[in-house]
Amino acid sequence: MSTSSNGSRGVDASDIQGLMRFGYGRHRDALFILLRIRDADAARTWLRTASPNTAEVMDTPPATVMQIALSAAGLKALHIPEDILEQFSAEFVSGVAGDPSRSRRLGDVGESAPSKWQWGANGNEPHALLMLYALPGRVDAWKNSICDAAFGAAFSEMASLRTTDMGDREPFGFPDGISQPTPDWERKRAASDKLQFQYGNVVALGEFVLGFPNEYGRYTDRPLVEPKRDPNNLLPSAEDDPGMKDLGRHGTYLVFRQLQQDVRGFWKFLDTQAKGDAGVREHIAEAMLGRKMSGDPLVQSNANLEGIGDKPEDRQRNGFTYDTDRSAVRCPFGAHIRRANPRNPDLPGGRRGLFSRLLRVLGFDSSVLNEDKMASTRFHRLMRRGRAYGRWLTPDERLQAGPRYEDIGLYFIGLNANIARQFEFIQGAWLMGAKFNGMSDESDPLLGNRQPLAGGRRCDAFAMPQVGAPSHIVEGLPRFVTVRGGCYFFLPGIKALRYLASAR
Amino acid sequence: MTPQSQFMVTAPISHGREAELRALLASLNESPGRVKTDNPVFPFAAFDRLHVARFVILEDPTVSDVTVYGLKPPEFPIYLVFLGDCDGDAEDFLAEAATKAEGGLRRIFSHCTDFDAGTSVLRWMLDRNTTAAAAYTNWIGRTVQQVKQDCALHDALRQEMRRDADKFREIDPQSLRRTLKSFVDAEQRAGRLPIAREKSTPLSWQLRNLAHLILVPLGGLLLAPFLIVASPVLIVMLRRREKRDPDIAPRPVTSHVQRLSVLEDHDVTNQFSAIGVLKPGLFRRALTTVFLVGLDYAARHIYKRGHLTRVRTIHFARWVFLDGKRRIYFASNYDGSLESYMDDFINKVGWGLNLVFSNGIGYPRTNWLVLQGCANEQHFKYFLRRHQRPTDVWYKAYPGLTAIDLDRNSRIREGLERDSMTDAEALAWSRLL
Repeated sequence: MSTSSNGSRGVDASDIQGLMRFGYGRHRDALFILLRIRDADAARTWLRTASPNTAEVMDTPPATVMQIALSAAGLKALHIPEDILEQFSAEFVSGVAGDPSRSRRLGDVGESAPSKWQWGANGNEPHALLMLYALPGRVDAWKNSICDAAFGAAFSEMASLRTTDMGDREPFGFPDGISQPTPDWERKRAASDKLQFQYGNVVALGEFVLGFPNEYGRYTDRPLVEPKRDPNNLLPSAEDDPGMKDLGRHGTYLVFRQLQQDVRGFWKFLDTQAKGDAGVREHIAEAMLGRKMSGDPLVQSNANLEGIGDKPEDRQRNGFTYDTDRSAVRCPFGAHIRRANPRNPDLPGGRRGLFSRLLRVLGFDSSVLNEDKMASTRFHRLMRRGRAYGRWLTPDERLQAGPRYEDIGLYFIGLNANIARQFEFIQGAWLMGAKFNGMSDESDPLLGNRQPLAGGRRCDAFAMPQVGAPSHIVEGLPRFVTVRGGCYFFLPGIKALRYLASAR
Repeated sequence: MTPQSQFMVTAPISHGREAELRALLASLNESPGRVKTDNPVFPFAAFDRLHVARFVILEDPTVSDVTVYGLKPPEFPIYLVFLGDCDGDAEDFLAEAATKAEGGLRRIFSHCTDFDAGTSVLRWMLDRNTTAAAAYTNWIGRTVQQVKQDCALHDALRQEMRRDADKFREIDPQSLRRTLKSFVDAEQRAGRLPIAREKSTPLSWQLRNLAHLILVPLGGLLLAPFLIVASPVLIVMLRRREKRDPDIAPRPVTSHVQRLSVLEDHDVTNQFSAIGVLKPGLFRRALTTVFLVGLDYAARHIYKRGHLTRVRTIHFARWVFLDGKRRIYFASNYDGSLESYMDDFINKVGWGLNLVFSNGIGYPRTNWLVLQGCANEQHFKYFLRRHQRPTDVWYKAYPGLTAIDLDRNSRIREGLERDSMTDAEALAWSRLL
């Protein structure tokens, strides 16, 4: 039984695929199946009756979960009219591997270049992504019950990506997925372009779900169709343009990337840096992540942030900004979580008086100017739903001899309404960016590809500012993560899925 | 101090020769977006006081936007522009260019109208040198030589620290500075890591700058009474226009975006070139003129040391009127990707952007000149992309370095040059490395 089938202010949870709202953490067994459409008619028939789980809050959580997403190639294979396809975001239509300029911006070069991917490029793009979640040990049975003859007539399986339950950790051993934005499901917070003086965790629903206002208070572009092209009246109306039907509403874009992690390479490099001292080794690893192995942040959690909630654990792990660590002696500027989510407001320096605000806006407050080198975080958030794959290496195994590039890593899954401003910006400007926050020769200590910049300048260092002493600089970081595949998908609302299965 | 100056040679391209010229310009590049700095046509690297430069073929497919005002699209020429920012006097630079690259410049300019074999390249360029309505320099007085020397110093220090990482890890900031200082002293005694002495500021520049500092506000003061009297009328005129002027921001076509993005993100810095027609009428033209005079004033006298309001990522930028103030060309050199540049604009200087750009046809609707406008994020981004033109050839003298890098490298050098520092200063200095 559902408790909120038609949520507040037009949010219809029964029309939203559940992944938008839930991580399905209890469903430790997950399988991601990459599909090609074998027969468009059969695929349409199957998609018309498929029932992905929704974002409704149930009294009893489902035992199994299924979600469906489609790529631009998939929409083409379904013969979606070109003029509708073109209204999807340009990044989605072009694809994550569709343009060398995009690959360059995302850092997908060298060993991570699409030409070397196992899937997702070179004519090897999936049409659809079937995501299956089940309680431990149950996912194969769940797959068998779904992938019947009718399914087989419609789709061929490109790959079945099996995940590993690493107990909420990723393969390096760090706790993963701790910080997530809180979408404003109730639409209580006025989304607007007005200056925000404080970082908060509540983010406009439209940043994650299409068809709703985003952080600028605007509706992100998405496909709208004329009512006459929806003769069966499948689609909801567009909120900002009631004369049109909204194919995007309750849908989002799903970024899927297979990130292979060199777990042994990572720990052995740190071990060399630490000269075999286990404590130092862990200390550097924690500095690179920005959190302790326990998951607690390196900076003090004492901020009362909107949207973090009252649970002591959440406050402990996520109730912080970097205001208390301006010189980064606790959490380095280059730490992964400080790059991926700098937790800064639109204008540094707080609310203070009008005159002070004016000075800051005009750039006359030099202390503030120095902390103003990043874009404002609230326009660059991602909902992450990744899962680990491959063997879990114990701390001892990580330091033992073994194949350097074992098939271990993370299926990165990010949900966002604007791929360019959210995923691509975070990946390109913040994680890969050698000049993030005014730094000169670093890239993300975990994800960086270490490719030299123009002019041959290196970006393989990692500086850890110290109290009262020069920074401790780790030099010559090798590449620890390699991209092995990826695709941009559209995770449609249920009604939109029905429409896509019938439109032609 | 050696002040920077700008040049921009603007000339219409002969009818039908645009494709040929584009091919010639492409031969200056290794690959699209990456210039061959020693190419035989215009060997950029041979000019040691040139910061940034570009050749752009300025055609404008958006001219037909004027039809929304019921006007017939005017026939503007397709221009070739050759522009750059250099140390010292721009005319001296052009003279140097005409000497060192005469053959190549002749080949390029021969695609323009009224250029013939007998023409003096220098004279021809000077006659077509277009002054910017407003120009911004990240740091007035920072020369290419200084940038390179400061960078070499920074790199040498970092290399020295890498060479003996353990030693430098257990050292206090004061000793770190002393150790590095004696390292640099030794290098300099061996004739390496030269640091050039700052040259004195040319008197003529000082006088001109002083005159500008005083005369512009004076002019404003003289105009003020008239503006105050006329303000009710002006406000009504503005509000009526703001309500009526249409947004023209369709999603840019994919092929156009691809043509632009293939040129981007090869360096940490990117170029931006855009052109557009001003909204018709004297009112908008006057408004643009006033704002650009103000912007130019602020850039010359206020924002001359590392930041333009909150933005620290622009190396050089300029706004140039073309065709009797009917069109405007904007060129900039900025750090980061276009997406982050546009976000920086919207989030940090949206008000300023609205003031300057909202007089262009199709700009997202503003409210009281500074509000809304670019906050209509997607329309604004589409608008910019749509008006952007591919920069055929682009050169920057110091690849891999951002404006913040340049600032930091200078502060590292200044810190080394000092005789002594407090502990706190030494700590802050050590963190620059």
